[in-house]
Amino acid sequence: MGLENTLFESLPDVVTVKLDAVVNWARKSSLWPATFGLACCAIEMMNSAASSRNDLSRFGAETFRASPRQADVMIVSGRVSRKMAPVLRRVYDQMPEPKWVISMGACATSGGVFDNYAIVQGVDKIVPVDIYIPGCPPRPEMLVHAIMMLQDKIMKESVKDRRDTFEPESRVSIVPGTLPVTEGTALEKETEIEVSQNRVSRPYTIPSRHERRRSS
Amino acid sequence: MSTSVDNIPGFEVLDQSLESQMTLSMGPQHPSTHGVLRLDLRLDGELVVKAIPDIGYLHTGMEKLFEYKKYQQGIVITDRMDYLNPLGNNLAYVMAAEKLLDLEIPERAQVIRVIMCELQRIASHMVWLGTHALDIGAMSMIFYCFRQREKILNLIESASGGRMTPSYFRIGGLMMDLPAGFERRCKQFLDDFPEALDTFDTLVTGNTLWQSRTQGIGVISKEDAIDWGLTGPCLRGSGVDLDLRRDNPYTGYETYDFEIPVEPDGDVWARFMVRMRELRESAKIIRQGLERLRPGPTKADAPKVVLPDRDDMRKHMDSLIHHFLIVAEGFNIPAGEVYMPIEASKGELGVYMKSNGGPKPDRVHFRGPSFVNLSALPVMSEGEMVADVVAIIGSLDIVLGEIDR
Amino acid sequence: MTQKLQEFVEILKAKNDSWVTEVAEGHGEVTVFTPREFIVEACTFLKSEHGFDMLADLCGGDRGPEEDPRFEVNYHLFSTTHHSRLRLKVLLSEDDPHVESVVSIWKTADWHERETYDLVGVIFDGHPDLRRILLPSDFDGHALRKDYPLRGYEPYSMN
Repeated sequence: MGLENTLFESLPDVVTVKLDAVVNWARKSSLWPATFGLACCAIEMMNSAASSRNDLSRFGAETFRASPRQADVMIVSGRVSRKMAPVLRRVYDQMPEPKWVISMGACATSGGVFDNYAIVQGVDKIVPVDIYIPGCPPRPEMLVHAIMMLQDKIMKESVKDRRDTFEPESRVSIVPGTLPVTEGTALEKETEIEVSQNRVSRPYTIPSRHERRRSS
Repeated sequence: MSTSVDNIPGFEVLDQSLESQMTLSMGPQHPSTHGVLRLDLRLDGELVVKAIPDIGYLHTGMEKLFEYKKYQQGIVITDRMDYLNPLGNNLAYVMAAEKLLDLEIPERAQVIRVIMCELQRIASHMVWLGTHALDIGAMSMIFYCFRQREKILNLIESASGGRMTPSYFRIGGLMMDLPAGFERRCKQFLDDFPEALDTFDTLVTGNTLWQSRTQGIGVISKEDAIDWGLTGPCLRGSGVDLDLRRDNPYTGYETYDFEIPVEPDGDVWARFMVRMRELRESAKIIRQGLERLRPGPTKADAPKVVLPDRDDMRKHMDSLIHHFLIVAEGFNIPAGEVYMPIEASKGELGVYMKSNGGPKPDRVHFRGPSFVNLSALPVMSEGEMVADVVAIIGSLDIVLGEIDR
Repeated sequence: MTQKLQEFVEILKAKNDSWVTEVAEGHGEVTVFTPREFIVEACTFLKSEHGFDMLADLCGGDRGPEEDPRFEVNYHLFSTTHHSRLRLKVLLSEDDPHVESVVSIWKTADWHERETYDLVGVIFDGHPDLRRILLPSDFDGHALRKDYPLRGYEPYSMN
């Protein structure tokens, strides 16, 4: 069909390019975001993907995947509460390399107006962030712009930096029992005792391999 | 509690765990839970034996924030609560403060409030319809719905400057008057909207697949609905004729002519039909509101509470002083407590506001309709198939920002 | 509007004088202060005989650590037939923040009471499942109390 035929006719049989260039080109052209809607920004995220006005599919990023195993980029759209933080970290750990994070909106970036006991003051305390978007909530155009900026960033990366981690890292960094099965009849006192006996640190303090490499 | 389980022959609920029973953790990262809701589902095969909602993954501590924000600063926070219906939240909050102040709002401001709230109700229902259809499997609906919603957001943006977080209503009136050409654009939207509604009817309402996925699913009886405190379309879907716009009127709703759709069945289909019919009624109210728009002031005559116009501030010393005092120190509201309920797009949104005389409220509590409606989810979903839980959640029209606050 | 509500207060007083300790009126609303021992009886009476079949809202509040009684619980009653609203208020001291649960009267009170327990720390006796609802189960303290810090938090991953 169309373009391939033209290319086939005009190009020689063998083309030599840098591996980085062709791999990065493939990666940036099919950024699949994880479906990770949190708050108000999630509606604008939906708007940028599902409305014909903004049409994220022009940039190959409209395929929202419900499973983190199939996703490349996590758009943290909205405020992250302390109860949600371990879940967010777990979703991030379950995503295979290469993976990127976009922090969408003021709340995800810095906590926004919500400086209190419930909200994590910036998602970069939990996961490494590639692109920050200001705004409350950012317009869909700004998300589209962020995706384009991320594509520029991907083009500058090297394949050697990003290796898929087959090590059981994603399992290690999940502390068992951070998402307890709620017992419909369990009283608060019993759970309190249980928690105080085996109090464990939260998983988001453990940096991932990717993060460690960056900081060193 | 699980009344519908009894109807299935050869099935009984046991207290002890069976080997065939399985626990399924649904969410918080799940595309069909409309945010970060988590459900613990106990399943026997595909049958839901027990459903335990687990909320709080978006808890923002908003009620704590009100303790150190001045009254006018609090309006901004209400936008972020039910982010599909921000103008409704604004209205409930400012009306609670106005009730404490005994402020009289000018006629034009009242009419504009009604118009904007009904526009927002349509926008909120558009997101509900799009995502509800997407959950059940009708992918294309969301594109049609977001197209209509985008038109409304343009209208709201032209009036307030914000798409999703307008903060358009202020204590004592509006932020500013409507822009030039608003009425024409709003009329244009209303002229186009019935055609879109017909499209929706063709796509889903008349679709037999849609009907078989929704009819007879998630039934809640009239008595249960009242007992569990359901409000809004969920209550009217169970055959209770209750709408606060008519029964506890505010903002002059009693003078508008509109019908209140009621469906007796109490299933997902009934709740769907109530909202679909409500869309037409909302359009009717907006049309009446546009006819009533007469030139006039949009702010109450209370210089110590309402910010003056920029023009006044340049010409009059006292306006400048009032502006400085309101912005720097806020205004005091006499001690007292009120509960202000309004009919938001999801049900009764109540604001309990208690003042002890200072510029900051003592306690502000929001009674979110989604919070209460979600608490009845176990009643509706126990005894249904696991795939129908998604349809039931969609029919409740929940917003997690309001549930967790 | 208040006229009608006053009638309900008179009926309550006539039924049992000790149910009503004080009546406050303002902005078209009536607040009835009820001792905590009688809240379940008063609610049952209002629901069964006077049509207050819906509990619109239940919320707790902290009046400040220096006040006594320190806590309050507000019951916003609503009727789906005559559309009146009545507020019952129970005052609780800091040492003994216990009140009888009204889940047996309105099922909707379930989550409202859990939320009040979570954020204010009022304990509802007889509640079938009194757990934290919004905050994680290992959270320390009750966030909406006035002596809880307004801004910032101690990250619990640090301890």
